[in-house]
Amino acid sequence: MNKTAAAKEKKTREPLFHIVKKSGIVWWKAWLIRIAAVIAALMVVAVITLVMTGQNPLEMYKAMLDGAVGNSTRTWNLLQDTALLLLVALAVTPAFKMRFWNIGAQGQVLAGVLATTACLRYFTDKLPTPLLFVVMILCAILAGAVWAVIPSIFKAYLNTNETLFTLMMNYIAINLVAFFCFRWSKNSGNDVIGLINRKSKVGWLPEIGGNKFLLIVLTVAVLTVVSFIYLKYSKHGYELSVVGESENTARYIGINVKSVVIRTVILSGAICGLAGFLLVSGVHHTMTTEVEGGRGFTAIIVSWMAHFNPFYMILTSFLIVFMEKGAIQVASSKNLQLDDNFSSIVIGIIILFIIGCEFFINYKIKFKSKNKEEEALKQ
Amino acid sequence: MIIDKILYILANAVNNGMPVLFGSTGEIMTEKSGHLNLGIPGIMAVGGISGVVTAFFYQQVEGRSKFLMILLPLLATLLGSLVMGLIYCFLTVTLRANQNVTGLALTTFGIGIGNFFGASIIKLSHSSLTSVRIDETSKLFKATLPFAKKLGAFGQLFFSYRFLVYLGIIIAVVCAYILKRTRVGLHLRAVGENPATADAAGINVNRYKYVSTCVGSMIAGLGGLFYCIDKNGWSNDNIGPLGWLAIALVIFAMWRPNLAIFGSILFGLLLNLYDLIPALDLNIKFPHGYDKLFKMVPYIVTVIVLIITSARKKRENQPPASLGLNYFREDR
Repeated sequence: MNKTAAAKEKKTREPLFHIVKKSGIVWWKAWLIRIAAVIAALMVVAVITLVMTGQNPLEMYKAMLDGAVGNSTRTWNLLQDTALLLLVALAVTPAFKMRFWNIGAQGQVLAGVLATTACLRYFTDKLPTPLLFVVMILCAILAGAVWAVIPSIFKAYLNTNETLFTLMMNYIAINLVAFFCFRWSKNSGNDVIGLINRKSKVGWLPEIGGNKFLLIVLTVAVLTVVSFIYLKYSKHGYELSVVGESENTARYIGINVKSVVIRTVILSGAICGLAGFLLVSGVHHTMTTEVEGGRGFTAIIVSWMAHFNPFYMILTSFLIVFMEKGAIQVASSKNLQLDDNFSSIVIGIIILFIIGCEFFINYKIKFKSKNKEEEALKQ
Repeated sequence: MIIDKILYILANAVNNGMPVLFGSTGEIMTEKSGHLNLGIPGIMAVGGISGVVTAFFYQQVEGRSKFLMILLPLLATLLGSLVMGLIYCFLTVTLRANQNVTGLALTTFGIGIGNFFGASIIKLSHSSLTSVRIDETSKLFKATLPFAKKLGAFGQLFFSYRFLVYLGIIIAVVCAYILKRTRVGLHLRAVGENPATADAAGINVNRYKYVSTCVGSMIAGLGGLFYCIDKNGWSNDNIGPLGWLAIALVIFAMWRPNLAIFGSILFGLLLNLYDLIPALDLNIKFPHGYDKLFKMVPYIVTVIVLIITSARKKRENQPPASLGLNYFREDR
């Protein structure tokens, strides 16, 4: 009788495997999986490069390394760009922890860029340099905050979809910047502003010890530590993570959800505005629609890959900028001279692999075990 | 005279809005299964460049047939966007990755592919041509019915478009019908509203998610091809904004493909507002450069619509209940 029951059970089709959530994973195993994902991604990149360009993969990696840290200027450039990407990632993180999908970092940075450029244009002759810097920083922060607060108010009071609202604010900002590029251009028609204060260098971020990159890197380093403390140990940080986990819980324990949302998004926008200031005053010294360089989108991925931890973000933003610089070098090398957008493909592949590998950290696959069948037979 | 002008403006708006319509019909199908695919701009870019590259190479073939000149780019576009859809599905459905992050990564990736091949395909293929233009193919795609002009205003209004325009409208109408009137549509909506319940009712949740997302991606990819045909080749960085507008149009149309048709015509009108001003003979002249301010209009209109729909809070105008949430059977 037992046998027939077992035979019956055997007839019901059982899936080959099923997926179970892991309760936890040792930290080094998680990192091993992530490193394996990056290596797998690099191999895919090598295959694609080989197919398209016929370049030896080893040569390609060498060129990548050379493009990222080949000489001291390149290394400093790498550090500076890492810092800037990290800054935007720091900006979007508090909002994400609250589950507010601020995809508008691009627009908020550009608002800061526009404000800084306007200050440079109108106040260079009227204010002493230290005061000019104060005014520029304040205006940039204010502009970024304003650009962010508009969607957040509607989110808090009407529950308007913030993802699309912030996205649309990006394109409004881009076109606004394009318009002022036209208005402020030297000979109207070409829409190019050119270096501002090229000779006097007024309003250019000062160099520390003859190194123009250092100040930006230091600023961002300080902000990284501050934002780690803010997120982890301050009351604000606690409140926003509760709102992110469950709005109802937050309301129940007496957190004013609306004010937390608006406050956090203002902070987000303000840091973006600061990034805009650094881009104009510290890096480009001019305004175009391109100065933001797609950091707004990449920052979201940087922040998410680092699980919203500012210190991990140093690592993820470094990885992305490193690959970007390397890929540009590979594509634009003398014998190839391909398009710079090759870097977007490389970064895309790496990010997709890292996103995918999270599955193996959070879940495990259980194959249909033979033990079970044996147990069934024993009964 | 005035009739001619209106017809001209309308035809212009239909053509400009069509990529957005393809994109948003595709996105509606995806979102109805509970997946917010922010990779649409990237998928449209890959769809567009696949078609362009195929057309570019087939144009250089001796003894090419007109039929294949249309068929091959279409198939390439469908294939390219299908691959992108599969990547998205594999990551979000099978591996349960965060949908927003996956979508954004896919957009970066897809637009990168489009821009890279758009600029480098000549070098990669060692071709002697100087630019990736597909005039010959796009002329075929742009062919219209010969008798349309003879039918006067009526013919102009209904028969004067390229076949892809009719295809876009038919796809939108068919999708609306499937979603609203068929069992498959009912199941799909159930998956998007509450996958756990759908699963309990015996619906294969993952299969529905895969099929609707992949079909949605292929439809969106056609939008990319339409845009490239319109421009006779690849043009950098223009498909991205169109893709985002397509996602915005989903909300504008309240997740109904049939309403998206009218929405896309409105978007088409707004997208090209600045260039239409001379045609209106309004005696207002805006200097060059002010076109940038006009380009803001569609985005501002979208923001206003977003605010209005969220303020009205009608039950039937809401997104699918489990939009953006991944489904894991053992996770209750």
